[in-house]
Amino acid sequence: MSYLEFLQAHGPRMLDGALITLVQFVLATVVSVGIALAFGLMRLSPNRAVKGFATVYVEIFRGTSLLVQLFWIFFVLPLFGITMDKFTAGFIAVGLNMGAYGAELVRGAILAVPKGQWEAAKAINMTPAQRMRRIILPQAFVIMLPPWGNLVIEILKGTALVALISVTDLMFQARQINISTFLSVQTFGTALILYYVFARFCVTPFMRSFERKMAFKIGRA
Amino acid sequence: MTEDMSQYPLQLEGDNIPMVRFQNVRKSYGALTVLDNLNLDIDMGEMVTIIGPSGSGKTTVLRMLMTLETINGGVIYVDGEPLTHMEKNGVLVPASPAHIRRIRSKIGMCFQHFNLFPHMTALQNCIEGPVQVLGMPRKKAEARSLELLDMVGMADKRDQYPSRLSGGQQQRVAIARALAMRPKVMLFDEVTSALDPEVIGEVTNVIRKLVDAHSLTMLMVTHQMGFAKDISDRVCFFFNGAIEEQAAPSELFENPQRERTQQFLNAVLEAN
Repeated sequence: MSYLEFLQAHGPRMLDGALITLVQFVLATVVSVGIALAFGLMRLSPNRAVKGFATVYVEIFRGTSLLVQLFWIFFVLPLFGITMDKFTAGFIAVGLNMGAYGAELVRGAILAVPKGQWEAAKAINMTPAQRMRRIILPQAFVIMLPPWGNLVIEILKGTALVALISVTDLMFQARQINISTFLSVQTFGTALILYYVFARFCVTPFMRSFERKMAFKIGRA
Repeated sequence: MTEDMSQYPLQLEGDNIPMVRFQNVRKSYGALTVLDNLNLDIDMGEMVTIIGPSGSGKTTVLRMLMTLETINGGVIYVDGEPLTHMEKNGVLVPASPAHIRRIRSKIGMCFQHFNLFPHMTALQNCIEGPVQVLGMPRKKAEARSLELLDMVGMADKRDQYPSRLSGGQQQRVAIARALAMRPKVMLFDEVTSALDPEVIGEVTNVIRKLVDAHSLTMLMVTHQMGFAKDISDRVCFFFNGAIEEQAAPSELFENPQRERTQQFLNAVLEAN
């Protein structure tokens, strides 16, 4: 069987999987960004309880395996009465995990905004909330975009694990095809290339152009 | 060490209350005392300049007044009311954030490094405070900010981002931004120190204009002795966290009484 024949036979199924991977990736990214922003800000709270809670969250999700977290959310939480379908459990788990890394990016970027900006905002008598929203976050956003480019690719690759709770993503389909055809090289080779192409030619250029646009908007370009 | 707060009036009364009063103000960082028992009154409309060697606490005076630094003792009054404290059951207690914001609205500040918001144009920098903080309608804020930008000679650069402006231009926009909040007291913290020599004049000229045109009360820290001499009503020489000598500029510069003042002025004049 030539590779072309392999693609004719199994390509559509791979693409179906790739589409699920794309949706999982987008939803997990949305969850990550929300979690990162919330917990990044909480990590900087003057309130000890809030700060402590955020620290514990980041430590747990960053310090344990994503696969274990995924299994917890899908197999263990139902024992406590929290049930999710596998598709939801998939992107939620990836989002919660990557969001913990993102929280540190948010925190770091906020702290990297020059002290003079905080003082200038205070000198025009802004409230702490106004200062954060209008002055600090827009600048922190530009600072954190390059490391987010990295994290977003991690999110994409992290979604491959949802195959292990039977979400029918690219990796799941590849394994199914492999079981029925034993064409491991073609199957996993194709999966490898699809992930790479998606990361290298879709995600990265998108993040780069986003960085450029934001840098221009902030007057740095 | 707790201080007996009953020695401080709840508010200043009388005909001639100062715009700003520092009463027994102390500031220290750990064991290091930066300002020791500072007492200083600044009258309404007065232009007071602070000079002195670095580390003498000059900038700290402005930063405490802008509430960028907390104080460790004493009380600061602005326009007759305590800034750092507020009345509770007949005594002064440390001020709440809301109280500080209310009094702080009377104070504006310009910084050594301008600190313009880099993601906003010159005009946006100026209207940000009036629109967000004062709740002024955007149109009105723009009209007024344009007047101010015109006054500092920056109206034609209103749509430029700070990164496109020279240091002198940025500082002039920063002055307009501070004035847009209609402060009663303006603080200038070494506003020409980070500028190239050839553009210092464009900033000092703006400050001269303010001195001539407004009834603003101003407090300035500077190393420009000639400028200080020209425009100040009073010059305070700081040394080691205290006022060593204060007088009208003609007196302090021509006929300094204290040895440390003489040494400082000699050293500065020699350097020039």
